[in-house]
Amino acid sequence: MIGEQLISLASIARRETTRIFRIWVQTLVPPVVTATLYFLIFGTFIGSQLGDVHGYDYMSFIAPGLIMMSIITNSYTNAVSSFFSSKFQRNIEELLVSPTPDWVIVLGYVSGAMVRGLSVGVLVTAVGLGFSRIVPHNLFFILAFAVLTSFVFALAGLINGIFAKKFDDISIIPTFVITPLTYLGGVFYSISLLPDFWRVLSRANPIIYMIDGFRYGFLGVADIGVWTGLSMLLLIGTLLFAANLYLLSRGTGVRS
Amino acid sequence: MSVPALEISDLRKTYRGGVEAISGISLQVREGEFFGLLGPNGAGKTTTIGVITSLVFKTSGTVRIFGIDIDRDFSAAKRLIGLVPQEMNFSIFEKVQDIVCQQAGYYGIPRRRAADRAEHYLCQLGLWEKRNVQARELSGGMKRRLMIARGLVHDPKLLILDEPTAGVDVELRRGMWEFLEDLNREGRTIILTTHYLEEAEQLCNRIGIIAGGRLISHTDKRELLKKLDRQTFILDLNGPVGEVEPFDANRFTIVDESTLEVTLSRDHSLNDLFAHLDRQGLIVASMRPKANRLEEIFVGMTQ
Ligand SMILES: Nc1ncnc2c1ncn2[C@@H]1O[C@H](COP(=O)(O)OP(=O)(O)OP(=O)(O)O)[C@@H](O)[C@H]1O
Ligand SMILES: [Mg+2]
Repeated sequence: MIGEQLISLASIARRETTRIFRIWVQTLVPPVVTATLYFLIFGTFIGSQLGDVHGYDYMSFIAPGLIMMSIITNSYTNAVSSFFSSKFQRNIEELLVSPTPDWVIVLGYVSGAMVRGLSVGVLVTAVGLGFSRIVPHNLFFILAFAVLTSFVFALAGLINGIFAKKFDDISIIPTFVITPLTYLGGVFYSISLLPDFWRVLSRANPIIYMIDGFRYGFLGVADIGVWTGLSMLLLIGTLLFAANLYLLSRGTGVRS
Repeated sequence: MSVPALEISDLRKTYRGGVEAISGISLQVREGEFFGLLGPNGAGKTTTIGVITSLVFKTSGTVRIFGIDIDRDFSAAKRLIGLVPQEMNFSIFEKVQDIVCQQAGYYGIPRRRAADRAEHYLCQLGLWEKRNVQARELSGGMKRRLMIARGLVHDPKLLILDEPTAGVDVELRRGMWEFLEDLNREGRTIILTTHYLEEAEQLCNRIGIIAGGRLISHTDKRELLKKLDRQTFILDLNGPVGEVEPFDANRFTIVDESTLEVTLSRDHSLNDLFAHLDRQGLIVASMRPKANRLEEIFVGMTQ
């Protein structure tokens, strides 16, 4: 039984991965171009005029944040667009009529989204290494934060995909929620430099914890505790996973 | 007697928004049967199939697949069913072979065996040459056959086809019929919806007719065809007609100056009809049935 479910999971994951690499010009290239521009403009042109943050030059300080930003956006986007496209083309029915349980469907789409998010993460890291001299300080935290963040945003994207009824619904949340929260999540500045009010407010933004923890993995300095960050990611991940299962069990967006 | 392949009792479905698509259908399909589900547009055929295959939540009633209640163990039931849907539902950007292999994967079939099965059915359905082509490059008829291959890849005991021959040319349709007959002969139970009585007549041993969400007939094919006791013909004549004598009690309707319409009951032969017209000096150039015979059955039954 579990063997069959794993085969099903592998089939979804393989299909999703094939999709990502088949349309790599849409999935892998744009995030790398965007990140390169960020490195060039903020790191090189503007960063050269700024002082150090936490004892690191500005380029090295923003590099982990930019990597994390691309992981977040791409994990989310992949999940929402792939799931929506499965609804739109109705090939989600291939899974619905099969004995594949809901948790496998969720993990299947999520694993695809993580392949995209993390592949982009690796590519952007490679670009970042061309601009800055960041070296891993603690590989465990780098991997843990990258993987869990990708997981969380893939799950969030999937919920968006489940509810989405038209193409516009794919981009509303990324534009109005995720991008602002990422920009305000300490990619470009250390929240310890903010006035009290903004610093406290920032802590309500979950992305702060992800970027902060990931940056700790590279630089060894953090504004907030890394374990707090990891626990939070685990908690959010569990809640979002449960939410996805609940929605699929009710047939939201897929069964009538 | 063995358990029925499909047993539906008092099935009802009201869609969100209030459309009652099925209003209490009960029917049985025996193992090994080739069952035809007929009915006009909007009758509830696809909805019924949707409930059986988990795409539609039922409002009430029970469904059993080879004795397995879908409320108890839907995944066990799903393993026994293969679906060929009415509307296209694969990703048009994926390769033909991938679509079929993945589907096997969703049923837990290991990759090697999935590839063998996919090859087998793609060959049988004449799609092997197209295996590496993106599905969007297939013609309409090929897409239908792709969905048949996909529906069979996990070797289901019950195959459900929702209008598999809609939009398929005559030659291809005959090929599909033969293919389905072979599958049935090998012991697979088949349920098929269609708008063509010819198709049901050719393939099915038993026929259910639904209209307005209700099962209005559920019989042997021969029983059903017996009910087809009258048929309306259109006659094109060589030259204009003025007045026509009624043929027994059957009146002729003059459609236009050289076209007649007549409804005949079974007990009159066409020879008598032609002799009758001949006596009046009317020459029939050509003749055709007015409606598809299935429509006549629907009309007869819903009256
Ligand atoms: N998803 C849906 N939401 C609301 N109403 C629906 C939905 N699907 C079907 N219906 C309605 O349910 C009724 C039965 O539709 P169904 O598709 O089952 O008919 P059908 O017998 O398959 O017809 P056809 O021969 O045209 O395929 C129709 O009135 C249809 O409008
Ligand atoms: Mg239909």
